[in-house]
Amino acid sequence: MSSVLEPELIEVMEQSNKDPEELSETLTDEEKREIDEEASHYEGKSSVGLEALRIVQKYRGWISDGSLQAIANYLDMPVAQLESVATYFQLIFRQPVGKEVILLCKSASCWVMGCDQLQKHISQSLQIEPGQTTKDGIFTLLEAPCLGDCDKAPVLMLGEEMYRNLDESAIDALIDKKKQIHADKSSH
Amino acid sequence: MLTNPLTKNISKENTAADITQYLDNDGYQGWRKAHSMVPDDIINLVKDGGLRGRGGAGFNTGLKWSFVPRGEGSPEQKFVVCNADEMEPGTFKDRLLMERDPHLLLEGMAIAAYAIGASIGYIFIRGEYHLAAERLERAIEEAKSQGLIGKNIFDSDFSLEIFVHRSAGNYICGEETALLNALEGQRAIPRAKPPFPQVSGLWGKPTVVNNVETFCNIPHLVAYGVDWYRGLGVGQDAGSKIFGVSGKVKNPGTWELPMGTPIREIIEQYAGGMRDGLRLKGFLPGGGSTDFLGPDHLDLPMDYDVIGKAGSRMGTGTIIVLDDKTCPIGLVLNLTQFFARESCGWCTPCRDGLPWIVKVLQRIESGEGLPEDLELLHEQCKRIAPGKTFCALAPGAAEPIQSSLKLFEQDYIDHIKKGCCPYK
Ligand SMILES: Cc1cc2nc3c(=O)[nH]c(=O)nc-3n(C[C@H](O)[C@H](O)[C@H](O)COP(=O)(O)O)c2cc1C
Ligand code: SF4
Ligand code: FES
Repeated sequence: MSSVLEPELIEVMEQSNKDPEELSETLTDEEKREIDEEASHYEGKSSVGLEALRIVQKYRGWISDGSLQAIANYLDMPVAQLESVATYFQLIFRQPVGKEVILLCKSASCWVMGCDQLQKHISQSLQIEPGQTTKDGIFTLLEAPCLGDCDKAPVLMLGEEMYRNLDESAIDALIDKKKQIHADKSSH
Repeated sequence: MLTNPLTKNISKENTAADITQYLDNDGYQGWRKAHSMVPDDIINLVKDGGLRGRGGAGFNTGLKWSFVPRGEGSPEQKFVVCNADEMEPGTFKDRLLMERDPHLLLEGMAIAAYAIGASIGYIFIRGEYHLAAERLERAIEEAKSQGLIGKNIFDSDFSLEIFVHRSAGNYICGEETALLNALEGQRAIPRAKPPFPQVSGLWGKPTVVNNVETFCNIPHLVAYGVDWYRGLGVGQDAGSKIFGVSGKVKNPGTWELPMGTPIREIIEQYAGGMRDGLRLKGFLPGGGSTDFLGPDHLDLPMDYDVIGKAGSRMGTGTIIVLDDKTCPIGLVLNLTQFFARESCGWCTPCRDGLPWIVKVLQRIESGEGLPEDLELLHEQCKRIAPGKTFCALAPGAAEPIQSSLKLFEQDYIDHIKKGCCPYK
């Protein structure tokens, strides 16, 4: 039988007909413990969807379909409901990201202070556009909303650290430092 | 008498006042006093103090609290929620308060919780504020260990748990009803009002949502009273405020100053005036969703109603300065791109209107604007005016656009006539 559907779509439909358990990964005891701890602060298990996504992302770097299904199973909620939360928040990654996620502020004060130029500079030196990850899997560049440090614009966030009053040379130094750290790690 | 209650524990070093330092500097005195009062009296005190919400809308805080149903027959479970989303472009004051003096926020929340009868509090904090969230969590543990929050506070039957909820990035989560949906684990879209959260909020229970800086005003207002608090302001409004300036000034930063401090004083004296070779062309008085004001407005005092009458809003009180070498249309485009991206997509004028405005601004900025584009922009702003959309995001987005059309009309015309951006 010929189908008018795109092959990708057929694949998605076949996947979604599978038993949810089959698609799911398993949560670790540590992840479950942290989710339970958070759940005790809210009414009803499904309230803790975002926290659960954050916790799992902390360990796995991003939220795969399998992780999503596993969390939904654990919280006893439809996966579509959890997906609607997961896709809503900019800091929940539904695609793999690099080891270092650069959040470059692109909002008003940073724009006045020249963040567009900085973005071009980063893009050039890492050979990636915003939203992309470097070939070596180390850096992902994302454009961030105002990071609340506008008097020290332009700024970016990397990991949990803020970097302020940036210029091109400060960015070069930062990138070099991070590259070095990852090179050292991989040579061990 | 104390004139900088919000920042008195804040030092230049990036450290947080711990519980010992906080207590040594008269910390939790407001909470002790409040706990010995009748809740109604606290609410009246806050109302009479004239404290207006510091999250943007400037609503009287005590009045807001008074809408919570109390007494016989009212729901037993109530909540107090701190809005620490702080994602408005150009706004950078709540971070400072949470990172450097977390106990001040906790003390304010405890008083609010007691006044409205809430036993659970949440601090809804944006996901990027790691340091603030960690310091707040530590402060909660410290306060608990001293019996200042937790079970049976001051050996009474009043108990209060406070939890930190880390969000994951979305401007609309700062809108108070969207925030409640997010806290309940749902997609963060705004809810219809009424019912207002004070009556039916988190999980359908009475809930008060206040901004970080609003809560931080409460402890000293209660400790030192209405007359002292009102006396802090130099204009119409009461209290002090953390004002801030960003942009091409000599000394960008934040300062706690009396409400009603003239804008000129903030920009010229505290922020050091424009950088050499630049002139002030305009400014957004209170974050990215406020109307531009021009050099003519520099002598206005920073008071909610005065700035309102001048055609803008006090907003968050953090000023973004525009200099004469930076393209105003580029700035408006940047802001509108932000609001378009952050729209929750619930209503058509916002979901479709903002990207349309972005397109028009983009073509003007890139030199392909048409003379009729100005009329089109005016028209579009009307379609996202207050009352046309479900929440205030779209009307807020319209503010910098519509005011720029007035204040910087010549710049728009120049772009269209010259077929390029004259600033590049
Ligand atoms: C789109 C949008 C975003 C908002 N973001 C924030 C925010 O990040 N922080 C905040 O305190 N208020 C924010 N507000 C205002 C809140 O809805 C609410 O008015 C405020 O939290 C009330 O606190 P207050 O009375 O203490 O000011 C936002 C409003 C809108 C429409
Ligand atoms: S105005 Fe925009 S953000 Fe607000 S409800 Fe409508 S679509 Fe959502
Ligand atoms: S605009 Fe970049 S930190 Fe606020």
